[in-house]
Amino acid sequence: MATVTLTVNGKSVTATVEPRTLLVQLLREHLGLTGTHVGCDTSQCGACVVHVDGVSAKSCTMLAVQAEGAKVTTIEGLATGDKLHPMQEAFRENHGLQCGFCTPGMVMSAVDFAQRHKNPTEQQIREWLEGNICRCTGYHNIVKAIKAGTEAMGRTA
Amino acid sequence: MSSTGIGAPVRRKEDARFLTGRGTYTDDINRPGQVHAFILRSPHAHAEIKGIDTAKAKAAPGVLTVYTGADMQVGGLPCGWLIHSKDGSPMAEPPHPVLAQGKVRHIGDPVAVVIAETRAEAKDAAELIAVDYNTLAAVVAAEDALKPGAPQLHEQAKGNLCYDWHLGDKAAVDAAFAKAAHVARIDIVNNRLVPNAMEPRAAIGEYDRATGEHTLYTTSQNPHVIRLLMGAFVLQLPEHKLRVVAPDVGGGFGSKIYHYAEEAIVTWASARVNRPIKWTAERGESFASDAQGRDHVTHAELALDKNGKFLALRVATIANLGGYLSTFSTAIPTYLYGTLLAGTYTTPAVYVEVKSAFTNTVPVDAYRGAGRPEACYVIERIVDTAAREMKIDPAELRRRNFIPKDAYPYQTPVALTYDSGDYFTTLDMALKAADYAGFEQRRQEAARRGKLRGIGIATYIEACGIAPSAVAGALGARAGLYETAELRVHPTGSVTVFTGTHSHGQGHETTFAQLVSERLGVPIEMVDVVHGDTNKIPFGMGTYGSRSLPVGGSALFKAIDKVVNKGKKIAAHLLETDEADIEFKDGKYSIAGTDKNVAFGQVAFAAYVPHNYPIEELEPGLDETSFYDPKNFTYPAGCHIAEIEIDRDTGIVSVERFTAADDFGRIVNPLIVEGQVHGGLAQGIGQALLENAVYDEDGQLVTGSFMDYCMPRADDLPAFDVATHTTLCTHNPLGVKGCGEAGAIGAPAAVMNAVVNALAPLGVTDMEMPATAERVWRAIAEKTMPRAAE
Amino acid sequence: MYNFDYQRAQTVADAAKALSGKEEAKLLAGGMTLIPTLKQRLAKPSDLIDLGRIAELKGIKREGNAVVIGAMTRHVEVATSDVVKSAIPALAHLAEGIGDPQVRNRGTIGGSIANNDPAADYPSAVLALNATVITNKRKIAADDFFKGMFETALAPDEIVTAVSFPQAEKAGYSKFPNPASRYAVVGVFVARTGGQVRVAVTGAGPVVFRQKDMEAALAKSWSPDAVAAIKQSANGLNADIHASAEYRAHLVTVMAKRAVTAAG
Repeated sequence: MATVTLTVNGKSVTATVEPRTLLVQLLREHLGLTGTHVGCDTSQCGACVVHVDGVSAKSCTMLAVQAEGAKVTTIEGLATGDKLHPMQEAFRENHGLQCGFCTPGMVMSAVDFAQRHKNPTEQQIREWLEGNICRCTGYHNIVKAIKAGTEAMGRTA
Repeated sequence: MSSTGIGAPVRRKEDARFLTGRGTYTDDINRPGQVHAFILRSPHAHAEIKGIDTAKAKAAPGVLTVYTGADMQVGGLPCGWLIHSKDGSPMAEPPHPVLAQGKVRHIGDPVAVVIAETRAEAKDAAELIAVDYNTLAAVVAAEDALKPGAPQLHEQAKGNLCYDWHLGDKAAVDAAFAKAAHVARIDIVNNRLVPNAMEPRAAIGEYDRATGEHTLYTTSQNPHVIRLLMGAFVLQLPEHKLRVVAPDVGGGFGSKIYHYAEEAIVTWASARVNRPIKWTAERGESFASDAQGRDHVTHAELALDKNGKFLALRVATIANLGGYLSTFSTAIPTYLYGTLLAGTYTTPAVYVEVKSAFTNTVPVDAYRGAGRPEACYVIERIVDTAAREMKIDPAELRRRNFIPKDAYPYQTPVALTYDSGDYFTTLDMALKAADYAGFEQRRQEAARRGKLRGIGIATYIEACGIAPSAVAGALGARAGLYETAELRVHPTGSVTVFTGTHSHGQGHETTFAQLVSERLGVPIEMVDVVHGDTNKIPFGMGTYGSRSLPVGGSALFKAIDKVVNKGKKIAAHLLETDEADIEFKDGKYSIAGTDKNVAFGQVAFAAYVPHNYPIEELEPGLDETSFYDPKNFTYPAGCHIAEIEIDRDTGIVSVERFTAADDFGRIVNPLIVEGQVHGGLAQGIGQALLENAVYDEDGQLVTGSFMDYCMPRADDLPAFDVATHTTLCTHNPLGVKGCGEAGAIGAPAAVMNAVVNALAPLGVTDMEMPATAERVWRAIAEKTMPRAAE
Repeated sequence: MYNFDYQRAQTVADAAKALSGKEEAKLLAGGMTLIPTLKQRLAKPSDLIDLGRIAELKGIKREGNAVVIGAMTRHVEVATSDVVKSAIPALAHLAEGIGDPQVRNRGTIGGSIANNDPAADYPSAVLALNATVITNKRKIAADDFFKGMFETALAPDEIVTAVSFPQAEKAGYSKFPNPASRYAVVGVFVARTGGQVRVAVTGAGPVVFRQKDMEAALAKSWSPDAVAAIKQSANGLNADIHASAEYRAHLVTVMAKRAVTAAG
């Protein structure tokens, strides 16, 4: 067993885990943060995307012990109280989600995108989503939402 | 229209929880004392099991027990639709064991289950189970399975044939072909697809020793159906001791309709080990155990007169059912396929023969569209073939054959009666939005860039909300096809709707609340919609076949009617007038022609606090339930136009534009409807260009993960241009037709017609789905560099 | 995933020490290939030695006429590095196209080349740019490094510390990604460095290889047309459901043409 200490959504947490425990398992099974999902076993679907030290990462492709000392943000840590993050709000406003399963990873990935792009083109957004698979929306409204969310984040930055 | 009523693009009520990580999917649920199941699955497509040694696994750390088929002697997984062959004989219906009974018939077939304290321990222990397999030759293609000498899967299915079914007037079709001026012929494959809802299937079984009640949490589109099938057929548990909960479900697309082995395993085993048991599929297990879709091989012929008028359609299809009969598998290539072969056209005679075969592949069942995309693909590819051969513009040829606007109700030669439609308008809308007239200019512009550009049209019709029960029953359905709604008005006027449909992305919590808000004048925040729990909802058939609004919404409308009418009686009493004088509008009961009124909330309060109440004539309370059995299917229809470009060097096909004009009847929430269309289009385009379940000759699934099965990504798809035109459904109270599957039905044919259109100048006349880069490159190479492709 | 012991190395020496004598130990760099492999239970290492905290393995610097990239430098850092973008823009372009954004945020150059997946992008750049692989023990020329499918010249206890890329006069990379996995079905990296032309092909064969006919043609005339007529033999190339050997062979020419065009 190994002990890992990290900050999750602003709170310091320590857990004792098997080394083979994935970060996503730590979040879901040890910390009860079930907003982060697992949709595949080959690191492609992106339902598990969280932020590790401010950038998006697939929590299914990272050992919990690799996150020692890291600052992890999950979908549960994005809103401020009852106020949705601008990217969450943009997904709601633009109907950028249906079943909601890919949504947490999609939103976390989108926030990372917005941090790196000011006035994105549709093509840039579509290319960014290489690592996030959605089966419901056909991406049309996700792309719209990310564009709107990126602009909204630019305004509040 | 109010801002939250019918027709308003209301932002979804359910989104707040999904966007903040507070959705509750099955795998998010953890029950006290919960242990974990890992299913050991067959690595072979076809093998006898000579022995299973579980001793080492049972002794492994954390393991509670291991069960095999020998331990789990329960009923088989049932099939819900009995099909009869041409000769009147019933279909072959071999048993579908929960855990293998001496033989496995596809990779992924469940062989044993390990129950352990953790999932990792269960998986570790499963590796210690020694299964002695005697591998047998496998057969994966349905055509091969029906050949003499093919490996035989089931004793009960001679020659691997499940049924040899037909529909239509063969003599009339033969006669029409005899006088045809032109006959178009095609041979097509409708490729097998893996549904791949993003949430893998999961199930938790729990047993309460105190009450004897079993609870199953499961990723299902229809928890009542699972309760019925598992309770009555597999485990022999009475309904009142079995609760099935389908909480938030992350997409279904058909694959979560069926009753699966794992549901029965965790329910059965949890009572034996007296601990709640969770099972969650890894994606690889989803590939090997979720029912797959499509997989048809078809020869079709269309007879036309010299003006391009369709005289008859003749279709012969072989459908692949996989290793066992999944719950509704038998109905898909028959009553959901053959009956749609008239399409949007006046073709007077249609004859279809379908042979369905067992193969050593994962079972096949309904996947978004289910039979209807296959029918659309046959019709629209052959119509385009005829147009090209007869040198008639494809849009014009369709127009010449559309069912006239004034011909409804229209009886097709393949059993259905279309109640309403207007295919001319959706065609014209799509042609205009797609700038069909300007295509030639775009084609030339693309040619200057070295690209081949093509445009393709598909019109489609689907039959949604399978019904009425009596007819479906006569055709072999083993269930009713009505829907249920309970409308519970609370004393202070807030409302809870209990619906037997299930939302796994479709937004029922919003759409159904809109219906209530519109009819009762209650603010939408005061309306909650509950679904997915057999202990809360009276009954229900769930969500599939674009039925939720046409059937479930209609049930809700009827329940609302009952509430409104009971309210009238209460209001009449409160207003001291005759019930006949009361009208209900905008949330108020008023005496017609006066300003005397009483608000809906006051009426509700009076119903629960009946101090001033017509107690002699009326029971207190305001809680009404309706069961609605539709009179007919609904018939959404429309036109899809794809415009694609082909990179000649690589063969890559890119979708440049996609236009859809659809008739879904009345639109309740345009935002949600558009979203449904977008998603369907992505799956349809995926089928045409990217997705393909490939088995090798040994029955191994080559495309068993996202590494090889190509899921559509954002950069594979264009922005979609979608619009609707409404003709109302004439037989349901809402006038709605259903929109969930349309995109997946029209898109494959539209895209493939566009691909063939782009390649036609080179002399290419056919292309198989998926039109992968290599396939397209080979087609180009064969025409332009005859030697290169050898 | 099977269980293993986990160690977090602070220095390269630490890591080398942890590795020595443990035949079944594996180094963990970005983990973008290793962790999925472990999840599928396709490998059963006794120990994982995490290189993630070793500061000396990180960073990009200019050394004379070369760009030296530390083994634990993430793809995103290469893709966005001003040093790389100005010295060898094709290398930044390659890094920008690896996997997806989350893979680029975690995956490392050292991990990629040490793993030597036949469909990885980086090996083509290392080979075409005639880079030098620097380890804790020695310097290995690109031509000597990639031995076969998932096989390199690295000794069991050897650790890649950096890769040194000489600045090219011209360089370009073009790939045809697998539509499902997005790995390279065929990727071609072309470079002219100090007058020498090298063309490296990844994805097409069991291991990255040089296309010498194209090198000769480009040495004579650096233009897309120069490679357009050169056919790659399909013999020995990979074949799968996404691309037959013949198609891959064809794509080598197409991607080479595009890489030369991109190189300018």
